Amino acid sequence: MPVTRTAPSTGIGRSTSNAIEVVHVNVAYGSQKILDNVSFAIPQGAYVGVVGPNGGGKTTMLKIILGLLQPQSGTATVFGKTPREARKAGTIGYVPQSVSQTDFSFPATVAEIVKGGRVPQIGIGRRMSARDREAIEHAMKEAGITHLRNRLIGGLSGGERQKAFIARALASEPRLLILDEPTTGVDPTARHQFYALLKTLNERGLTILYVSHDVEVMQEVSFVLALNQKLLCHCSSHEFLTNETLHRLYGGDVEIAHHHTH
Amino acid sequence: MEILSIFHYEFMIRAFIAGIITAVIAPMIGIFLVTRRYSYMADTLSHVSLAGVAIGYLTGTQPIIMAMVVSAAAAVSVDQIRMKRKVFGDSALILFLSGGLAVAAVLLSISRGLNVDLSSVLFGSIATVNSTDINIIAVLGVLVIATILLFYKELVSISFNEELAAAAGLRVTLINRILVVLAAVTVSLSMRIVGILLIGALMVIPVLAAMQFSRGFRTTLLIAIAISLFSVITGLFISYYLDFSSGGTIVLIAIAIFLAAALRPGRKHAGS
Repeated sequence: MPVTRTAPSTGIGRSTSNAIEVVHVNVAYGSQKILDNVSFAIPQGAYVGVVGPNGGGKTTMLKIILGLLQPQSGTATVFGKTPREARKAGTIGYVPQSVSQTDFSFPATVAEIVKGGRVPQIGIGRRMSARDREAIEHAMKEAGITHLRNRLIGGLSGGERQKAFIARALASEPRLLILDEPTTGVDPTARHQFYALLKTLNERGLTILYVSHDVEVMQEVSFVLALNQKLLCHCSSHEFLTNETLHRLYGGDVEIAHHHTH
Repeated sequence: MEILSIFHYEFMIRAFIAGIITAVIAPMIGIFLVTRRYSYMADTLSHVSLAGVAIGYLTGTQPIIMAMVVSAAAAVSVDQIRMKRKVFGDSALILFLSGGLAVAAVLLSISRGLNVDLSSVLFGSIATVNSTDINIIAVLGVLVIATILLFYKELVSISFNEELAAAAGLRVTLINRILVVLAAVTVSLSMRIVGILLIGALMVIPVLAAMQFSRGFRTTLLIAIAISLFSVITGLFISYYLDFSSGGTIVLIAIAIFLAAALRPGRKHAGS
């Protein structure tokens, strides 16, 4: 079973067979609980959707896994390292929600944007090595945007931009790709191409964590983590879409695009 | 050659050295302010630096150094407020801009008896660059260029998307601090040639003009430096021969280039 709840008594096993291990994580802002004793493990190579209503703790969970936020109690590890270590090593590629709000009058070519994803690995004051160039080229090839390399980011379509951001995230040669609502403002055709790209990347061994409030995305992934303060479901996509978790998450008002069961 | 007789005067040689350094560093800082919609930062710092100049005159210390100290302190404070207090970036800028100007006004009225040539401070004057100024401008100018080159990749990455840069492990706060302090230093160094009220223009307008050519970041920066150098050198010649204000002339030339670039026939529309 690719998505498992870590047994509460085990603590953190520094096993590397899991891409992410989250154990007894609690976060509260004042008296407001955001994450309530959340534990789960995601094995290497899984394609996992994280779903839940706005304010249900998705973004907070994401920040913990990215090492941008320290939980009040509990731990998270990414490939056996602390999230901070993993992030600094380039193990995590990240495509944030703010992508859609980026100022696209920014004067930069696609190649320059993709290179940006490699900057922390290159190091302050250093020039790119042959190895760095190779990683950047490979990232553009994987995302299928090599032919756009000299185009300005502002001149791309929404779908092409999405791919450019994937390439940027891939430039650090991550083992885990985290996406936070990346398709906001992208038309349906481009969105489906985007899903196909992610599927291909996953098939090549990349672990993917796709955060979205959009239930449609959960048809794309293999496994689902449903978060609303507590972990409500850690199950296969199929189970998630057919059981009552959806109702518990969103109340009765759920409509799944392309997936009407009656 | 007749036109080169200008270099028989030592003060003109000094003006050109200061001018060329200013011309190179202003757009190097400016491009990072413009692309993160922080263009007003330059203007705020220049108004605050006027308070530093006033302190310099009052206490008999080096005006450029005092301007630098005061505007660097303001730059760090503005950035701190922007991050911590969540006061809108531009409201914080207005506070500092008017505050700096008010302090300067009061201090300058106290020093009324002193021989302060306010208009050369405000609008730049090529005759006022002395040899101490040149030493300060040369040393710190080279330091600014070196620091920008050192953090170039990181600055580009942060300017494009701060959240993404932070998530990738870049020290965003530190690098932002470095940028605003460099902006403060640049403002103070540019004071002599373009004047306090026009420094912001020299930092921003060549960049805006270069952006009209819709190129990548590095090319845009190189075009901006070329435009800035052309404006400063041509401006210095014109202001020498026609006795115009150097700052005003330089900025008018930069604006003319911007208009020519923006309105040129066959210009492709930049995306979005």
